[in-house]
Amino acid sequence: MRAIDGVSLRVDRGEIYGLLGANGSGKSTLIRVFSTLLTADAGEVRVFGLDVRADELAVKRLINRVSVEASFFKKLSAMENLVYAGRLYGVGPEASRPRIHAILRRLGIDSGRVHEPLEKLSRGMQQKIAIARAFLSAPMLLLLDEPTTGLDIRSKREVQTFVRDLRDEHDATILLTTHDLDEASRLADRIGILHGGRLVAEGASEELTARHGAASLEDVFMALTGRHIDEADERGEAET
Amino acid sequence: MIASVGGQLGLAYAFVEREIALSKRYWAWELVWLVYGIVTSLSVAYIGLAAPAIAGASVDEAAISRFVLYLLVGTITWRFLGLIFEQMGETIAWERWEGTIEYTFMAPVPRLTHLLGMCGATLVRALAFSVAILAAVALFVPVDLSNANVASALVLLATGAVAFIGLAIGSAVFPLLWTEKGLQMAYIVQAVVLLVSGVYYPTSVLPEWMQLLSVISPATYVIRGMRAALLDGADVGGVWPDLWPALLVGAVSIPLGLRLFVWAERYAKRTGRLKRSG
Repeated sequence: MRAIDGVSLRVDRGEIYGLLGANGSGKSTLIRVFSTLLTADAGEVRVFGLDVRADELAVKRLINRVSVEASFFKKLSAMENLVYAGRLYGVGPEASRPRIHAILRRLGIDSGRVHEPLEKLSRGMQQKIAIARAFLSAPMLLLLDEPTTGLDIRSKREVQTFVRDLRDEHDATILLTTHDLDEASRLADRIGILHGGRLVAEGASEELTARHGAASLEDVFMALTGRHIDEADERGEAET
Repeated sequence: MIASVGGQLGLAYAFVEREIALSKRYWAWELVWLVYGIVTSLSVAYIGLAAPAIAGASVDEAAISRFVLYLLVGTITWRFLGLIFEQMGETIAWERWEGTIEYTFMAPVPRLTHLLGMCGATLVRALAFSVAILAAVALFVPVDLSNANVASALVLLATGAVAFIGLAIGSAVFPLLWTEKGLQMAYIVQAVVLLVSGVYYPTSVLPEWMQLLSVISPATYVIRGMRAALLDGADVGGVWPDLWPALLVGAVSIPLGLRLFVWAERYAKRTGRLKRSG
């Protein structure tokens, strides 16, 4: 079975591109290919002109990623995890610490909690720390794989505002996967709909609704895939 | 060039700092392993002290003292080498469970720098543990080092560390590819090395086919050389017959281990094995 098949997409510099799809549609696989964590059997992936396979190290300097599960050394504090992450991108503690405090403040995290072990923080707070980790390296391409899953409404809004600010202030390019239609409409300049590992539609939110004579993005999704976005893709829940 | 080396050292230090921070957070476990190490080494030393009672024969005190030191050199050197071997595999397995391996592999850190950083962290821990165990054991059991050549022992220990780093990197491939079973495989490799390397006995007592395995284990040479240095006061020239094979194993195993690791990483990326397992 092919997790993604014949997908051809281009994300322009400074653009927020939203990739919509049900669970199992291939969104995370695509993000992992961009992240250099998965090698595609065929095809080509370029990041600002660099081939992810041939120029892997150079690509890694330009990207960062937030995955749906916040993966950390859970016994370490947020600060310890983030200082470590900064070092991996060549940012020493003297430079990273003030930046970490600034990012966490904007994400609504109380600075008094940055020294607590991460395992003591809520799932939502851990996810915000994961987002801070990705922003810390000031990536030119930010890969957000369902970054707001598990967050409450307020936290979701804080993260969405921060994502938009990051693009506006730092000229970052953002590839965002989500199955939150509202989030896609709110954030993305263009939206791609992934179904069964294939890109079945692409365009701005308004373009998509107009093209399919639909009242909402949800109707577009239903018309193209024959299912609701919260239903798992027929290929199964687990994405490979 | 110097800036580049400095930059790589800075990146490598990230892994050392991370391990130190983890050791602090898991201090209770570190204490457990330290006590366990002291107790097992002490138990082995007491076996030596009890040799006349066990054998039912009288043995002069000098011979008992030599036997105790023989056993202690074996057990503490093995503890040092074993910690290097274990920690590499366990760290990779841990990163697989936590899911952080994806972030480590996604970072712009050359694999050589990453592995060297991990080795640095491993060496710091192994050295600290071994010194602490030796100091604690010396409080309970008389350890006669009056004849020891410490310089050649240190040279051998450093050489052994280098040789074991290659083996450890190579064995870390198992947990990289198979999170749980891989660590089990690495432990089996370690157990076989323990059996054939003459940690508690001369390899000459082993069956012939096991002696063949002992020839390719760097621990065989390091432990034998350490005994020559600490029991008989052999200088670097005197331990050379054990030093050069250990150096040779290191010279072969490090590049081989690195190549194996890089191959495994590519294979894992091609087959989607880096995904979180825990």
